[in-house]
Amino acid sequence: MAKLAKTPTGIEGFDEITEGGLPTGRPSLVCGGAGCGKTLFAISFLVHGATRFDEPGVFMSFEESTDELAQNVASLGFDLPGLIQKKKIALDHVRIDRSEIEETGDYDLEGLFIRLGYAIDSIGARRVVLDTIESLFSGLSSESILRAELRRLFRWLKDKGVTALITGERGEGTLTRQGLEEYVSDAVILLDHRVTDEISTRRLRIVKYRGSAHGTNEYPFLIDEDGIAVLPVTTLGLGHAVSSERISTGVARLDTMLGGEGYFRGSTILVSGTAGSGKSSLAAHFVDATCRRGERALAFLFEESPAQVMRNMRSIGIDLQPWVDRGLLEFHAARPSAFGLEMHLSRMHRAIDRFSPSVVVLDPVSSLLGVSAAADVHGTLMRLVDYLKGAGITALMTSLSHGKTEQERTDTAISSIVDNWLLLVTLESSGERNRGLYVLKARGMSHSNQIREFLLTDHGVELIDVYAGAAGVLTGSARLSQEAEEQAAALVQEQELERRQRALARLKTTFEAELAALRAKFETEQAELASGIIQQQARAARLKEDRREMARSRRADAGNGGDRPPRKDDAKVKER
Amino acid sequence: MEVAEERPSASPPPIVHAGEAQILRLYIAGQTPRSVAAFANLKRICEEHLAGRYRIEVIDLVQNPQLAAGDQILAVPTLVRRLPEPVRRIIGDLSNAERVLVGLDVRPAR
Repeated sequence: MAKLAKTPTGIEGFDEITEGGLPTGRPSLVCGGAGCGKTLFAISFLVHGATRFDEPGVFMSFEESTDELAQNVASLGFDLPGLIQKKKIALDHVRIDRSEIEETGDYDLEGLFIRLGYAIDSIGARRVVLDTIESLFSGLSSESILRAELRRLFRWLKDKGVTALITGERGEGTLTRQGLEEYVSDAVILLDHRVTDEISTRRLRIVKYRGSAHGTNEYPFLIDEDGIAVLPVTTLGLGHAVSSERISTGVARLDTMLGGEGYFRGSTILVSGTAGSGKSSLAAHFVDATCRRGERALAFLFEESPAQVMRNMRSIGIDLQPWVDRGLLEFHAARPSAFGLEMHLSRMHRAIDRFSPSVVVLDPVSSLLGVSAAADVHGTLMRLVDYLKGAGITALMTSLSHGKTEQERTDTAISSIVDNWLLLVTLESSGERNRGLYVLKARGMSHSNQIREFLLTDHGVELIDVYAGAAGVLTGSARLSQEAEEQAAALVQEQELERRQRALARLKTTFEAELAALRAKFETEQAELASGIIQQQARAARLKEDRREMARSRRADAGNGGDRPPRKDDAKVKER
Repeated sequence: MEVAEERPSASPPPIVHAGEAQILRLYIAGQTPRSVAAFANLKRICEEHLAGRYRIEVIDLVQNPQLAAGDQILAVPTLVRRLPEPVRRIIGDLSNAERVLVGLDVRPAR
């Protein structure tokens, strides 16, 4: 079976969620309460058809006059009189005033058919809008005739082969007051304008789309000077391609911490920290690095004006003005409470689509928490992150954490959808606050698990090693004093060593001197001993000689010299 | 096809005076039984109540579709009284003569 032919509305996002637009050659119904944008939706469908798809259209208005309508849509840049003159659009204002109508007997609405048919034929229209046909019910009293004629009208429109859009006011418990949805069975679109917590959000839902797949969610949409834009939320899933390309964080030491190369392109980075911990500065570095590569960056500010941000960043040596001048950087500032969450998302979506940046910064996302519940913020951000990832855009979000609980709130809302999470902490000790930076999470890359001290200098962010020793983690002046102490201690140790070396040297000298003295003494002793032995030997020799002399003088036997056996008189000698 | 469309609603409906001509325009879409009946009914009512003081123009929208928008025609048949002012519209086959006469201000509404 052939796929259902569709006619693009040209309304941003709507054609995506309906996979092509409205069913071609069939009537569709757009309904909603007063002021929800039905007429605008319908006129956008017609004008886009006439200007972009070469499909002329007939607008049959039952409420606003031709002039009123032209004026109302001129603010969107639609030139109705011009299009009418070029026979691209035919406008017919059907005015019904019950007070001047008398009904007598049977009638039908052939006059309306003829008017419409004439208008269609006069410009060769392919599209028709009836806004709001329900007004007929207030102008004519015979409901049975009206209902029969409406049924005939929708059939007639189908036979004509025009793609028709019928608007209807929302009724109590029904989609339209007069139950138009009964007649229009092909596609029903519901517009809603809701105010929650004093913040209004417009939403669109496809209630029915026969024979076609369509998103069933409520999609936020916005109406601004550029017309209607519907935000096709989520549905992108997790099928996006990933890049292994790395891009610099703008801070060399941080690149080093993240495996030496920085973030992955297309990844999402959360920088969370307390007030004044330097989140925006880190974001500014990233933006600066991006623009330096000649790529485009888009920053959404929720707390500061662009001028304020640029002044503040100049004070740490980052000048963003040249990038703005060169069209590489664009700021969008809006108070979180200015719109509902969906509106913020839609506006961001639209701005991103227009500017096609390679980097998007949200500063800070946590302020959106003030607008809606955490679960909504989570959903919104997930949709944004999905969209950004799908487009390969690297996103950096900052998140302000006030205290423990607040931080947890933010964290649960955001952390699971980000790839990198940098945590900026203030380390308070010895009467001062210093900044520290951790890499809490970095998907798909090796990263440093150490804390770095984070300094804001007049030439930007600097990351330095903190003192992490026996006394714990020290930063700032405590780190400095600890370092000084360590240096002093080292000096003292060095000096002590030198002293001991000198002492040893002295000892060595003493030792050597004493050794020399002892040796001299020894040598003297030795020499003396040697001379003593010689003398002794000499004496012994002389004694022997003397004895021999004596023996000789006593005329002893020759053999009885010194070696003769002892004799009696020898003992006498000894006794002497 | 210029028609004065504005009419102060506060003013009381004037009763048609003798001698004042009614300029009536009957819009039909083709020669359907209903349009034939409407024309016959109108003719009869006018002859009975407005003899000599009326003029009827019949406009067939099938032949002149461009005329439908100018007189704000939706229903068919529609009888438009263009003069005297204010403009009056009577829709239907004009089978109820009483209501037609009220609509044409020939008789005050009861």
